[in-house]
Amino acid sequence: MTMMQYEPYETPDGRTIGNTLMEMKNITLRFGGVVAIQDISFDIREGEIRAIIGPNGAGKSSMLNVISGFYNPQEGDVWFRGTKRPPMRPYLVARQGIARTFQNIALFDGMSVLDNIMTGRLNHMKTGFLGQAIWWGKAEKEETLNREKAEEIIDFLEIQSIRKTPVGRLPYGLKKRVELARALVAEPELLLLDEPMAGMNVEEKEDMSRFILDVNDEYGTTIALIEHDMGVVMDLSDRVVVMDYGKKIGDGTPDEVRNNQEVIDAYLGVAHD
Amino acid sequence: MFYREAGDFKTSYAADNQTFPIAFDRYRYYFVLFIAIAVIPFVVNEYWANALLLPFLIYAIAAIGLNILTGYCGQVSLGTGGFMAVGAYATYKLMTAFPGLDMVTITFLSGFITAGVGVLFGLPSLRIKGFYLAVATLAAQFFLVWLFNRVPWFYNYSASGQINAPERTMFGLAVTGPNAEVWVKYLFCLFFVILLAWVARNLTRGTVGRQWMAIRDMDIAAEIIGVNPLKAKLTAFAISSFYVGISGALLFSVFLGAVEVGEAFGITKSFLVLFMVIIGGLGSIFGSFAGAAFLVLLPVALKVLGVDTLGWPTDIVAHFQLVIVGGLIIFFLIVEPHGLAQLWRLAKEKLRLWPFPH
Ligand SMILES: Nc1ncnc2c1ncn2[C@@H]1O[C@H](COP(=O)(O)OP(=O)(O)O)[C@@H](O)[C@H]1O
Ligand SMILES: [Mg+2]
Repeated sequence: MTMMQYEPYETPDGRTIGNTLMEMKNITLRFGGVVAIQDISFDIREGEIRAIIGPNGAGKSSMLNVISGFYNPQEGDVWFRGTKRPPMRPYLVARQGIARTFQNIALFDGMSVLDNIMTGRLNHMKTGFLGQAIWWGKAEKEETLNREKAEEIIDFLEIQSIRKTPVGRLPYGLKKRVELARALVAEPELLLLDEPMAGMNVEEKEDMSRFILDVNDEYGTTIALIEHDMGVVMDLSDRVVVMDYGKKIGDGTPDEVRNNQEVIDAYLGVAHD
Repeated sequence: MFYREAGDFKTSYAADNQTFPIAFDRYRYYFVLFIAIAVIPFVVNEYWANALLLPFLIYAIAAIGLNILTGYCGQVSLGTGGFMAVGAYATYKLMTAFPGLDMVTITFLSGFITAGVGVLFGLPSLRIKGFYLAVATLAAQFFLVWLFNRVPWFYNYSASGQINAPERTMFGLAVTGPNAEVWVKYLFCLFFVILLAWVARNLTRGTVGRQWMAIRDMDIAAEIIGVNPLKAKLTAFAISSFYVGISGALLFSVFLGAVEVGEAFGITKSFLVLFMVIIGGLGSIFGSFAGAAFLVLLPVALKVLGVDTLGWPTDIVAHFQLVIVGGLIIFFLIVEPHGLAQLWRLAKEKLRLWPFPH
């Protein structure tokens, strides 16, 4: 068995979508009696923006948690970069180049914005314990190099003015942005975003959409994102997976999904906020 | 002299990341170092050294150690007294088993031994947190004191059950034992304080410290961005115990000279160091010093003020002290968890803007 094979293609806006980066094969995840994910398969291609949509409780966050190693599915396999991934602790998944944000913001409240973002660089910092302890030569040089990268991301996301602010004091929208910065600064190959725009006003949503597109375009980062808002998803994504009650009910380009009868039924049948 | 940062621009990230980014702070720090190294040894007398300076230096090391574990990594410990005892007994066994070994080596070795024991007792932290971890470390405290009381090998089968520090010299000067002069003891402790504070500062400002703080603030998010929780917690336990062990070693060998374990390293010692950290400021090296200074100074100040000046009975003053400490702990836990260090920062903030606060 291997992963799905695709020919690369170029999108109308000039980005290249490559071969399969990650593939979920027949994933089933249960919590006691609750089946959060039922026999779902889909793939994510290099360089694409892949959306996962569906009503509340559909199992979207659970799917991201499977990808980031937080939950181990009872059945099915996760394939990444051409090989099957054994069950893996989340910190090892992070080291493979997968970063994420959370549906409920998970920042380090006692630390400044800059320290939060610098923490995201930890997989790029190799100085040993002793080197850190005496802080001469390598440790200091490494800190400066990584600080440069952190500052690049800070500029990119336009949060220069708050870099020394404790994150606990920030308003909601900025917290979301700092969390994105912390994930991005790791230079991930695959970025997972769990409802990056939830609870934002229209203006903040537009900002965030622009950042997501820019990340994908400038850094070539593959992005899998969960979003509630159909309109946003249609604008942003190359392909969409639709989930409902733990099952996959649609998969394809935004246009294909929009015209899929089962998807229409699921969305019309569910009350929305 | 004005306290200002204006005109003090940073042209590199390394400069922005210094321990004292404001030049005025840096000069004050060099000044304090200069006084500590080049002035105090010449003027220090028996009373000041034994009442204030030596306990301050020694407890500052323990406070930094506990602050690394609790303030930076978020793992509560009530076992500090027990780990200090490990340092003390390790020193005693090393001093008596290897009379030729110098005291710096012995003290560091005691730190390493305590670090090992600390890691062992830190293992439960991988499974339990908060209150339950506190109880587990409390169990460690009682177990260790019991162990040193009950196993005669630790006190070399002495009839009294006490341990006594024999005389050891460095550069021809007695460091331990009844003939050691206070300025020698002072410099010996100061050496460890400066070195260990500097190392603690380095560890906490870099990637190691950020991983500890990430675990403290939100362990799930920390793990998902790549922090190995096992490694982060156990290194915090190791480093913390290393410091606490050195503190216990110095308390025994240099300061007290003779130790009965339950008396010197009982649960009250665990609370004393914990209170230093809370009053001084969780997650601050400076706060560890401030807290140690405060709790070493308080009984002396109260005695001078209450007993000597106002003529109050000693036991009233002692109770008064408990009330003050208790009140401060509640104040700092509820109102200002970052302790004296934060009050100091706020005062500086005000001073920076003075006289135009807007
Ligand atoms: N840790 C958990 N324990 C028990 N049930 C869970 C857990 N996480 C998610 N679930 C359940 O799995 C289902 C899917 O949840 P989730 O993945 O959060 O949905 P979504 O993100 O699509 O809103 C829900 O029924 C939820 O109650
Ligand atoms: Mg969700």
